[in-house]
Amino acid sequence: MTRYLMGRVGQAILVLWGAYSITYFILYLLPGDTLSIMLSASGIEADALSVEDLAKARAYYGLDKGLFEQYFDLLLGALHGDFGQSLSLNRPVAELLVERLPQTLSLAGLAIVLSLLGGIGLAYLAAYVRWKPLKVALARLPSLGFSVPVFWMGLLLIQVFAFGLGWFPATGSRGFESLVLPAVTLAIPSAAVYAQVLQRSFQGVWNQSYITTAFAKGLSRGQVQARHGFKNAALPILTLIGLQVGNTVSGAVLVETIFARSGIGRLAQEAVLRQDIPVVLAIVSVSAAAFVVVNLLVDLLYPWFDPRISHTPKVS
Amino acid sequence: MTTTDTRLEQNLGRTAIPAHRSEPLWRRRSRLQRATATVVPLLRRPGFTLALLIVLFALAAAVVPQLLTSFDPYATSPIDKLSAPNLIHWFGTDELGRDLFTRVVYGASLSVQAAFLAVGIALVGGLGLGILSGFAGGRIDSVIMRFVDVLLALPGLLLALAIVTAIGFGTLPVAIAVGVGIIPGFARTTRAEVLRVKTLPYVEAARLGGASWSRTLLRHILPNAWGPVAVLATLDFGAAILATAGLSFLGFGAAPPAAEWGTLIANGRHFLITAPWVSLLPGLFLVAVVFSLNHIARTFEESQR
Repeated sequence: MTRYLMGRVGQAILVLWGAYSITYFILYLLPGDTLSIMLSASGIEADALSVEDLAKARAYYGLDKGLFEQYFDLLLGALHGDFGQSLSLNRPVAELLVERLPQTLSLAGLAIVLSLLGGIGLAYLAAYVRWKPLKVALARLPSLGFSVPVFWMGLLLIQVFAFGLGWFPATGSRGFESLVLPAVTLAIPSAAVYAQVLQRSFQGVWNQSYITTAFAKGLSRGQVQARHGFKNAALPILTLIGLQVGNTVSGAVLVETIFARSGIGRLAQEAVLRQDIPVVLAIVSVSAAAFVVVNLLVDLLYPWFDPRISHTPKVS
Repeated sequence: MTTTDTRLEQNLGRTAIPAHRSEPLWRRRSRLQRATATVVPLLRRPGFTLALLIVLFALAAAVVPQLLTSFDPYATSPIDKLSAPNLIHWFGTDELGRDLFTRVVYGASLSVQAAFLAVGIALVGGLGLGILSGFAGGRIDSVIMRFVDVLLALPGLLLALAIVTAIGFGTLPVAIAVGVGIIPGFARTTRAEVLRVKTLPYVEAARLGGASWSRTLLRHILPNAWGPVAVLATLDFGAAILATAGLSFLGFGAAPPAAEWGTLIANGRHFLITAPWVSLLPGLFLVAVVFSLNHIARTFEESQR
């Protein structure tokens, strides 16, 4: 078990390092003069500067060093929690992240809970219903769910529930009320994925012999589905939760922009608009870290949910 | 025993032709016949036909927008600005009095081109990596797969944002960024498919017959594997349309007055209270196209099984 754990953690660290490196090389290596991007991000025209000033600026941003030297400096800093200085806001990036993180975490947390409730609820209902037209309609609903762009769904919800019915505020980041619409918007695509996978998994489980046994014991359809069907069908959801972290982060960028919430996603949008390279690098690495950590936890939790899976080698 | 016998006779009944007929018993159906045999039952389904029509309309709008609408996408007329949908302006008009339906039809060109480019990049990159890794195996396989793992750990939109930061804004950079984001998923699926196909009897037979790997790949595997790839490409085409629309919604797409579906929706945001159709109707069109693509892909997937 320890050996498995160490291997798995090592792999996670390797993936994280790879993600950081790829993002670094995308941002610093791709065509586009990094120095002039950085200067214009901090509000200075590169053409207006003399050669000495340009050299000074280059040294200030650490661009005079070799590519790899820069890379190792940044990597070392990131390991110590220092992501450098934001170019457009003139503040340490780490400070910005800490300030904005709670907003995004509460949004993402609520969205994940809602998407699990919605997705599992929908699939459960679709498996239970026997009236054919309703069953087909419920089965088609998930594929509509991920055909709808997150940002359009957000606008629709604002139009209906904020302007039309006046139940929730349209924008802002104060209080729980303002959290509801963004979280629902963010939850819909993930809920659709959960519902679709769970529906297929129910179809597979329904043909198993232990279901026939359960019916033979005299349990009702509802009891069989709850006690024997659901427990076995729900396992793939656990893996999906880990994989959906990425989509939730991506969705948060859009949702926070629409609902004008000051979280990490909005920060990312603003940073890209101003080409604030250090902020973009930090946000991408932090979200990759979230993805890696959640997936690691999911892998480690698996044996606890399903004792048939074990990481310890079987005694022969 | 008797039941199987009768069933066997029933099955053979059609082919059991009197001996004096000189025609061959069985003739290979032509390519056209085989194609119609698979397509016609699908066209009988109303949902599939509707989806196909919507996608064809979007493609037609991308190629010949002037045939589908009589308005000019850039002609402003301040008198009927923000007018609600009516018989002349099907989707209403925007804040400058431009016909919104025309804007959507002309916007198809940029959006569809971007999606094609993105899927093209994903196809070349993903198929290349997947096939290489599946066939080479060993160290090359594990290196490529670790690389794909790393790319998968980066949330799609954020990877695209990083690329856009580095190479600039506009439709082309957005399409490239979206395409790169789709590569890892594509590579994984292709690799799994290659590993499955590699052990199939007909591949082993071709190899034993002395065909090289490249010949086996081109002559035997690809013709048999294009079905799942086409399904995946159709699904990803929808995903690419959504992703490019998302990026241009955030303000990284085409510069005004050029219209992309995402920018149209984004522009309408400011008039959501007074004129909700300005952003909701273009969005509805986008939803219809993407849903149709998903529906077509799923129908193909089901019919292949």
